[in-house]
Amino acid sequence: MTFDEIVALLDTKASGKTSVIEGKMVISVSPENWSEISAILKNESKLNFDYLMCISAYDKGDNKVYGAAYNFYSTVNNHYLEVRVEIEDGISIPSVVELWKAADWHEREAYDMMGLKFEGHPDLKRILLSEDWEGYPLRKNYKEPDYYHGLPVPKDKSYWD
Amino acid sequence: MDPTLLERFDKDNVIVEKLDTLINWSRANSQWYFQFGLACCAIEMMAAAAPRHDLERFGAMPRATPRQSDVMIVAGTVTLKMAERVKRLYEQMSDPKYVISMGSCSNSGGPYWQHGYHVLKGVDLVVPVDVYIPGCPPRPEALLQGLLELQKKIKTETPLRKQA
Amino acid sequence: MEANLVDKSVIETGEMVLNMGPQHPSTHGVLRLKIHTDGEIVSQIEPVIGYLHRCFEKHCEKLSYEQIVPFTDRCDYLASMHMDHAYSIAVEKLLDIELPDRVEYIRVIIAELQRIASHLVAVGTFGLDVGAITPFTWTIRDRERVLDLFETLCGARLLYNYIWPGGVSHDLPPKFIERALDFLDYFDPQIDELNNLLTTNKIFIERTADVGILPPEVGINFGVSGPSLRGSGVNFDLRKNEPYSIYSKFDFDVPVGKGEMGTIGDTWDRYYVRVLEMRESAKIIRQACAELPGGDVHAALPKKIRPNAGEVYGRYESARGDVGFYIMSNGKNIPMRVKMRSPAFCNLSVLSEISEGWMISDVIAILGSLDIVLGEIDR
Repeated sequence: MTFDEIVALLDTKASGKTSVIEGKMVISVSPENWSEISAILKNESKLNFDYLMCISAYDKGDNKVYGAAYNFYSTVNNHYLEVRVEIEDGISIPSVVELWKAADWHEREAYDMMGLKFEGHPDLKRILLSEDWEGYPLRKNYKEPDYYHGLPVPKDKSYWD
Repeated sequence: MDPTLLERFDKDNVIVEKLDTLINWSRANSQWYFQFGLACCAIEMMAAAAPRHDLERFGAMPRATPRQSDVMIVAGTVTLKMAERVKRLYEQMSDPKYVISMGSCSNSGGPYWQHGYHVLKGVDLVVPVDVYIPGCPPRPEALLQGLLELQKKIKTETPLRKQA
Repeated sequence: MEANLVDKSVIETGEMVLNMGPQHPSTHGVLRLKIHTDGEIVSQIEPVIGYLHRCFEKHCEKLSYEQIVPFTDRCDYLASMHMDHAYSIAVEKLLDIELPDRVEYIRVIIAELQRIASHLVAVGTFGLDVGAITPFTWTIRDRERVLDLFETLCGARLLYNYIWPGGVSHDLPPKFIERALDFLDYFDPQIDELNNLLTTNKIFIERTADVGILPPEVGINFGVSGPSLRGSGVNFDLRKNEPYSIYSKFDFDVPVGKGEMGTIGDTWDRYYVRVLEMRESAKIIRQACAELPGGDVHAALPKKIRPNAGEVYGRYESARGDVGFYIMSNGKNIPMRVKMRSPAFCNLSVLSEISEGWMISDVIAILGSLDIVLGEIDR
């Protein structure tokens, strides 16, 4: 199915809950409607998106709006879809772990790197950094710490002079 | 043994030499290494142990446990999460022990020195290093040369006399 | 006293948590596994990763598009040409450039040679995990010949920085095609020797057949891809289903697990799919070498990469599976966000599911058959 057909089908199933971003082939969903829309994407036989490829967390750079981009693919019907869910800092996004188990580790990484919280995730803790790391590194306003457990973090360039 | 020692042995069958030299010679030529391969340099360490650039002809056998090894080859990027484990494993090795730092990531942070917030800028911040091997990744021949430099360094030691 | 010895209810058994620490000769890199066992039988595994987190995505936000290529190399260091190629394809989609034919043919030849080299390491270290040391020495010896070819091409043995967005960095040196075809003539009988030694070996089959079965629906739900998914019978290969570059011009099969020695989707199937893929790659290289056109490889290299604002998701079939690069650009010469979807990340998440009920030594075999590289999991 083409992008327009997918949008039309979603409109008939859940009208008003999705919107197309201007000029791109991307659908935008708000966090309140995301659990319903994700269930439709997985279970509806004409859509049948059974393969979650990637969840990328991004930061718009204005210290307020963060987002997660979900990329889906259907192995049965051979079509793609990209969905974005954007939130303000602190609001949590419903988790899709029940539908796609691949989301388990991807959501933990989005929490670890960008600080996005996912509601309903069984075990949301840091995956790449240590449990006691402070801060969310991929945010644009992140400043790296000077010391971690006694080890210096930035490179000591004093011997270059 | 240096060639002069061997030539002397061929002539007389009796050599008079310092006991230090004998101990150093036996230690240098059988350095069992603790394979601490972390990242890409580990693949070159594996290739150095493979048939083409054979590392075992210098007496270096790979061991998986620190208790049975003499030299620890830190090959690859050391991150802050891993640094404490490096120190712990170094302390579990028994004396005399040496450390070879292989590759630019463990020498000084490597290509991640500028923006890497989770990379330890050089493994010499946690363990004392004897030989540094530059390269990204260094060729297996460079690792062989590093091992030979370590052998030269060991031959200058004085294990029986007290250190100054 | 005798009552105590006979009465089993007096002896309590409990669950034990075993730590397979970050430094271990059999985990392929720095991976920590917390294994909950009941005696020797595993009930749950919790992988702890992040010991090689080298801040790749943060670097991508500070460096220009051309400067990111050496860093993509170091993500999956066993198949670095594939990472360069995947990244270049994603950037070229964003820039919308048309590549000369010679560049496409060179890239296909190099990518398939890299696939052979990566699968040789996977097969060799898998034998090492299960206890066979000789196949490791044979496969590494053959891999050295591929690395010799790459060394004549761009000077490096492991991390090449060769495939740039818009082209390649150097043209093929003289006599490269003859040497590559010589290598393939030498290599084809080596696969038969390897099959004789390892694949049909009775001990190897007892160790790996029927162990760690991955059902196809579970694999797709967890996001598994590449030879690990094809071993379960799913006929999905990006080079055939959605050909990128010029793969539609070549004639090759996609090997799929058939359960010859046990059930479909077991460890032996995943291993055998890799052996068969090496033969298919040799076929592709021969066809590409025969049709290689002339031309200038630097014709389409852009002077400055400054794409328009937008985003792209580029998909690619690397030696481990389905690599994705999600690049968001806002018009500058530095990307706003680069996310790398690594296949081994999703392949590793299925480990706990398929090793339930097996023994600890089987866990090593299952981990070896999933073929993970920690550099691309932790980025």
